[in-house]
Amino acid sequence: MSNETLLSVKNLEVTFNTPKGDVHAVRGVSFDLGCERLGIVGESGSGKSQTGRAILGLTAANGKITADQMTFHDVDLANLTPKQWRKVRGARISMIMQDPKYSLNPVMTIGDQIIEAYREHHKVNAKEARHRAIDMLDAVKIRDPERVFNSYPHEVSGGMGQRVMIAMMLIPDPELIIADEPTSALDVTVQLQVMAILDDLVRDRGMALIFISHDLQLVSSFCDRVLVMYQGHVVEEIKASALHEAKHPYTKGLLNCLPKMDGDHSDLPILEREASWAEG
Amino acid sequence: MIEINKLNAWFDDNHVLKDVDIKVPKNGSFGLVGESGSGKSTVLRTITGLVDDWEGEILVNNKELGPTRDKTFYRLVQMVFQDPFGSLHPRHTIDRILTEPVNIHGLGNSDARVVQALEQVGLDNSFRFRYPHQLSGGQRQRVAIARALILEPKILLLDEPTSALDVSIQAEVLNLLSRLRRELGLTYIMVSHDLAVVAHMCDDIAIMNHGRIVERATASQLADGRLEHPYSQQLYKAAGGYDRAVVDSFVDWD
Repeated sequence: MSNETLLSVKNLEVTFNTPKGDVHAVRGVSFDLGCERLGIVGESGSGKSQTGRAILGLTAANGKITADQMTFHDVDLANLTPKQWRKVRGARISMIMQDPKYSLNPVMTIGDQIIEAYREHHKVNAKEARHRAIDMLDAVKIRDPERVFNSYPHEVSGGMGQRVMIAMMLIPDPELIIADEPTSALDVTVQLQVMAILDDLVRDRGMALIFISHDLQLVSSFCDRVLVMYQGHVVEEIKASALHEAKHPYTKGLLNCLPKMDGDHSDLPILEREASWAEG
Repeated sequence: MIEINKLNAWFDDNHVLKDVDIKVPKNGSFGLVGESGSGKSTVLRTITGLVDDWEGEILVNNKELGPTRDKTFYRLVQMVFQDPFGSLHPRHTIDRILTEPVNIHGLGNSDARVVQALEQVGLDNSFRFRYPHQLSGGQRQRVAIARALILEPKILLLDEPTSALDVSIQAEVLNLLSRLRRELGLTYIMVSHDLAVVAHMCDDIAIMNHGRIVERATASQLADGRLEHPYSQQLYKAAGGYDRAVVDSFVDWD
């Protein structure tokens, strides 16, 4: 694993202007990402998804992004024109969304959607693109790629849909993948199978990965490093393998409140929040 | 309290429940685990009368259920659904949501009942005249539980009551459910895809796959991982987090 910095974010702030006043979703998040797997964990409203979206310039129109630095290699992500964004999104950084039901186009066959993603960034003829798309479906372990290629999204299961999403996002061969809760809508075993596919592809192609999830256990078993977010702040950064040595009370609280299979029916410890965590 | 024998159910030509047998003693807590499409929710929906095409024997309080359910059944059995965003009327206040079942059953004294039900689920009176969109997910699920409790039922059917919630909120709601069962002497049937949640909440557990119960276990058996059926073992391993080698050992159960 190389130590070269791919993405550098310093003091990222995202603020949304709403009728009820400003909502400060991300407050001063900083991290450097090499060619590694970084997990971002937090509860709903912690700003983990907004951090991921800000990196790709996908913040909603009423949101304002400020950062001391937000660079991807030598590209300054903070000041890109829409035309320059199109060269980055998909081609160099891409995003896997949570629910394939809403992120695939319902009136376009899966094959056409994958081809569209590929030809947007590579000048190839239709036959070559089709060939590539089927290879990619095969790479995400879809058993009958020809059939899935010609299917519509509603004709495949949730796990299959998410594999299609992964195929579509990986086919332009980006350097960085941001996966925002890519498996939360799936059954446990399917979830792990999809993660294994993502694991293999990211490893083989030497991609960096930002894995956003609410599931601390799952993230720590999958990533190299974890950022724990609370109310827009990063409260703790830990090596995934050292999760049990977490020091911050919030991280510990998140770990303790999980029910365990130890046959103990007594009450679960409740996470007591302290106002000071959100000041950091 | 509840006894189900050879329950079969169909959605059109789809045979979704196959010979399901369940027995839950009074004040017991029974857990059904399985993945999507295993039929775990359909068991609950059949008991409450939301499934039309079924065969078999369902006894509640030693009384066999017919094709329809009457009001006395719903005073005894109430259900809490998975998604607190979908199960509360968006244009009704919490007060109206809670008063409605009281009026339907003509119990009277709705004012005191609403106050008591909110107190039981740990919400203070300030929530009474708010709308669901003004509440967080955990607070809404508490309202859904209060709505079930307001008829003073003896049996609660819980369909994934915490899977839409954050883990910290899940812990609070699970503790609430345990306390209510202790204090009010309730009987639970709980459905979840999360083995750990069911292991924590239930004494007896059944693992379902494709409409069939493939294995039964007690909470202590589950704690030691003493499971026989390969499907249950796979589910047990999957609950342990991501491990490349474990994933390779998975078999599809289609």
